[in-house]
Amino acid sequence: MANVPEGLFYSKDHEWLRVEGETGTVGITDHAQNSLGDVVYVELPKTGETFAAHDTFGSVESVKAVSELFLPVAGEITEVNESLSDEPEKVNTDPYGDGWMLRVKLSNRGEVDSLLSAAEYEDYIGSLE
Amino acid sequence: MTITKATTHVTQNEALVFERSQTGRRGYRLPALDVDETPIDELLPAELRRDDDLEGVPELSEPDVVRHFTRISTWNYNIDLGLYPLGSCTMKYNSRLNEKVARIPGFAGLHPLAPAEDAQGALQVMYELQQHLAEITGLPGISLQPAAGAHGELTGVMMIRAALDARDGTTSDEAKRRKVMLIPDSAHGTNPASAHLSGFTVKTIRSTSEGLTDLEHLRELCAGGDVAGLMLTNPNTCGIFERNIKEICSVIHEAGGLVYMDGANMNALVGVARPGDMGVDVIHLNLHKTFSTPHGGGGPGSGPCCCTTELEPFLPVPSVVKAEDGSYKFDSDRPQSIGRVKAFYGNFGMHLRALAYILTHGNDGLREATEAAVLNARYIAEGLADTFDRPFDSPPMHECLFTDKRQTRKGVHTLDIAKRLIDYGFHPMTIYFPLIVQGAMLIEPTESVGRAELQQFVDAMKEIAREAQEDAQTVLDAPHTTRVGRLDEAAAARKPVLRWRPAEKAAGA
Amino acid sequence: MLHGLGLGSAEELFDSLPADVLLKRPLDTPAALAESELLELFEAMAAKNAAARRPSFLGAGAYSHYAPTIIDSLIQRSEFFTAYTPYQPEISQGTLQAIFEFQTLVCQLTGMDVANASMYDGSTAMAEAVLMAERVTKRSRVLVSAAVHPEYLQVAETYVAHAGIELGRLEVDETSGRTSLDAAALEKDVAAVVVQSPNFYGCVEDLKAFAEQVHATGALLVVVVTEAASFGLLRSPGACGADIVVAEGQSFGVPVSFGGPYVGLFATREKYARQIPGRLAGVAYDKEGRRGFVLTLATREQHIRREKATSNICTNEGLIALAATIYMTALGRRGLQEVAEQCAQKAAYARRQIGALEGFSLPYSAPVFNEFVVRAPSEAEGLLRRLAESHHVTGGLALSRYSAERPNDFLVCVTETNKRADIDALVAGLKQS
Repeated sequence: MANVPEGLFYSKDHEWLRVEGETGTVGITDHAQNSLGDVVYVELPKTGETFAAHDTFGSVESVKAVSELFLPVAGEITEVNESLSDEPEKVNTDPYGDGWMLRVKLSNRGEVDSLLSAAEYEDYIGSLE
Repeated sequence: MTITKATTHVTQNEALVFERSQTGRRGYRLPALDVDETPIDELLPAELRRDDDLEGVPELSEPDVVRHFTRISTWNYNIDLGLYPLGSCTMKYNSRLNEKVARIPGFAGLHPLAPAEDAQGALQVMYELQQHLAEITGLPGISLQPAAGAHGELTGVMMIRAALDARDGTTSDEAKRRKVMLIPDSAHGTNPASAHLSGFTVKTIRSTSEGLTDLEHLRELCAGGDVAGLMLTNPNTCGIFERNIKEICSVIHEAGGLVYMDGANMNALVGVARPGDMGVDVIHLNLHKTFSTPHGGGGPGSGPCCCTTELEPFLPVPSVVKAEDGSYKFDSDRPQSIGRVKAFYGNFGMHLRALAYILTHGNDGLREATEAAVLNARYIAEGLADTFDRPFDSPPMHECLFTDKRQTRKGVHTLDIAKRLIDYGFHPMTIYFPLIVQGAMLIEPTESVGRAELQQFVDAMKEIAREAQEDAQTVLDAPHTTRVGRLDEAAAARKPVLRWRPAEKAAGA
Repeated sequence: MLHGLGLGSAEELFDSLPADVLLKRPLDTPAALAESELLELFEAMAAKNAAARRPSFLGAGAYSHYAPTIIDSLIQRSEFFTAYTPYQPEISQGTLQAIFEFQTLVCQLTGMDVANASMYDGSTAMAEAVLMAERVTKRSRVLVSAAVHPEYLQVAETYVAHAGIELGRLEVDETSGRTSLDAAALEKDVAAVVVQSPNFYGCVEDLKAFAEQVHATGALLVVVVTEAASFGLLRSPGACGADIVVAEGQSFGVPVSFGGPYVGLFATREKYARQIPGRLAGVAYDKEGRRGFVLTLATREQHIRREKATSNICTNEGLIALAATIYMTALGRRGLQEVAEQCAQKAAYARRQIGALEGFSLPYSAPVFNEFVVRAPSEAEGLLRRLAESHHVTGGLALSRYSAERPNDFLVCVTETNKRADIDALVAGLKQS
């Protein structure tokens, strides 16, 4: 059973978002890392780049699959998790902690409301099986 | 029982050539220089010359070189050892005779830029091969230039682009819109990659529950008016003949598009049915599959393109033609050609082998090979029908498809079954392809195997299925009999080491 | 077997095919030949290839070098030539280790960090380098030297026709024979400059100067090598600052075989490893820590990324790459240098002799490796034909094949296999023809 922590927001593309003030932290969910298998490479944007909500911001690769990453909300990238270039496996071992991918300065706080809550996301992944 | 590996076994532990290198060893001798020597600085100024003395390049004696490559060769499975049932790869017997033909000095030593009048034999080989391939496919226009299947695909879809541009122009709105290449979801990955390189946008056609192209979906997609063509493998990658092929082709043609057929599975059709008679406009063949040229550990291949008379003007240049006086020549006078896809004329050494294959089989033998290939696949399909899940009921052609559905309940997956098959002395089948079938196992025995060995394979698969139920761990830990066990591919991809470096440099790298 | 499967005849195997696509007649191809008949037939066709029996000074992308006997004997081992792409690493370690050795040798010779498992040939490798440069720089204009092999250029034109890449041209300086790179050509939007060295006319380019100018605009320098034997003597493209090096590896123990199969070499800098086309072998370990090799970084490739792959290539030139690996290993550090030096020495000798002939001239002043252009007093194609007939030697390549404006020019290539007596015969023949 996939771990879906309370207090985060979720997208149907299996990204999570933690909001602290004007800043959001983004990663992929436990369900996502589990379906991908061993993550071997994470391609992330540069800080300063801006994206609209649902834009592709990078990709995550396992040995035999590659998945695009979608930003759940619009904003400017303020920080990326550089340590993933050396230890991409953190996405597997700690998807909601050390495996975070980037921080974004939210351009529209209201977009957060359209995302799923933990309970809703749990129902959603349940419906996929 | 566990098998203990011997740690001092010389063959099992053969190092890299760089690790075997010993300063001063040589594995060659050149004749002494027989011209007056020019001082090196007059030949080339120092700043244009190497200054690293080729440091790191190995130094080995001839016996060391022979031992090295012989030892590492023993770590390979190969067709000459036994059944190599990779689906869609057609691992059939590679005749030694064809190897001998390709090494005849008059061919092997012939320079590609030799004047055509002094290379008539080579041109004749190419011309005759073209004629035979035209007869086999029912498509009269041929280019032998593409160097592999994917290269032939690229050539074929580029020809479609060129033909549509010639027909519709490139400026009208309609012409600009016609950019969609339809590809079934079961297709090989090279299809969308080739289409993309040719400037097409890929749209995926669904497959039906029978494993066939969904005609309704195809019609729907064609209604948009933007369809340039279709790339279809037939028999498809599920090993099933697309029985609606004629209708599929006419739907595409009526929508203004052209049909490209991926000929990877021609081994199911030679002498039995011809793409040209099905309505296909252009096809590539894999000489290294259907026509037995060796796979060589991953090439060289050869992927000739065959097309209708209408598409002939768009073939790559040059092609080989026969003049009225019976001589052969290159024809580069094709103003509408897509151009050249490779320097010179293609993998000529493979053309020789393929022609030798066609001539040693004869017309009867070509058809018999097809029958035997299909019969063998049927035998395996029948033999495993009660043991493994079959995703589609349609009768298989030259390859049959199973899944791991029944075995996954015990945690045993396709990968594990494949690895365990190695312990039984067989090369595994193609796994996890086609992508639309979860846990796919695609088995193509080819005609080059007899009933006894087919039965051994069936028995091995059944035994693995039994193990999956009773002793899953043995399957999960397989292979047990190889020089190395399962390798950690995730770690290899995270920190790729793609070349050897001297120890002191490697430490810092 | 048929009856065991409940089938009455072989025809029933094809019941799933509609009747209107079945071929209802035998194929119109010849009846089967016995082994001895087949050999006779092919020997007879081979005998018509008169050019294969003459001493030859043809190069221009295909070179006659001596191939040690062990190469052919080793590549004919069943384990190598009847295996396929190493999809199952546990039973393909021989192929995988050989690829890893090939990649390393290619890096060493080119002076680069990463090399792939091979491309079809030098020409397609160059086309793929152009596509890669666009991916890396996200720019769409590529400047190609006019002294790149004309057939390589034609292949690149085909490949980029629908890729949104525009090919520009860098002219050749008619005095030196080298490519001119004027700063004006190097606008900001240039993705790459492609230059061949030694170039098609045999001249060694000043790659270092190119690299500085090219890098100043943020473009990549792509270096093409058609004569791989030159790696034994010339400063490596990597040492000169190249970003991508592509080469034809045929010189390494592979017969000229009327144009193929050959092997394309493709190498680049570490930072571009994920943009490289084709297959890559890398080190991996099993649970017990034993070293092995696997195909890696596969997510770049068509079977995973489909239309977004770095290339559509699947099958490459495995066995030819193996032949080249054995060649590089057998010749080794000293042999590769000695072959290169002999080529250069013999070419210098031939060049001196021909240059001294009355009416003949050497139009280019730049240093050469083992090929050079000769300007004849008369039309070169006819001259070479007469030479072949009267002196039984193929004297080179008339450049009119590729450009009508060069009626009198021909390209002479000399390798370590050309004996002094052959060179002298060529010179004597030219004098009389």
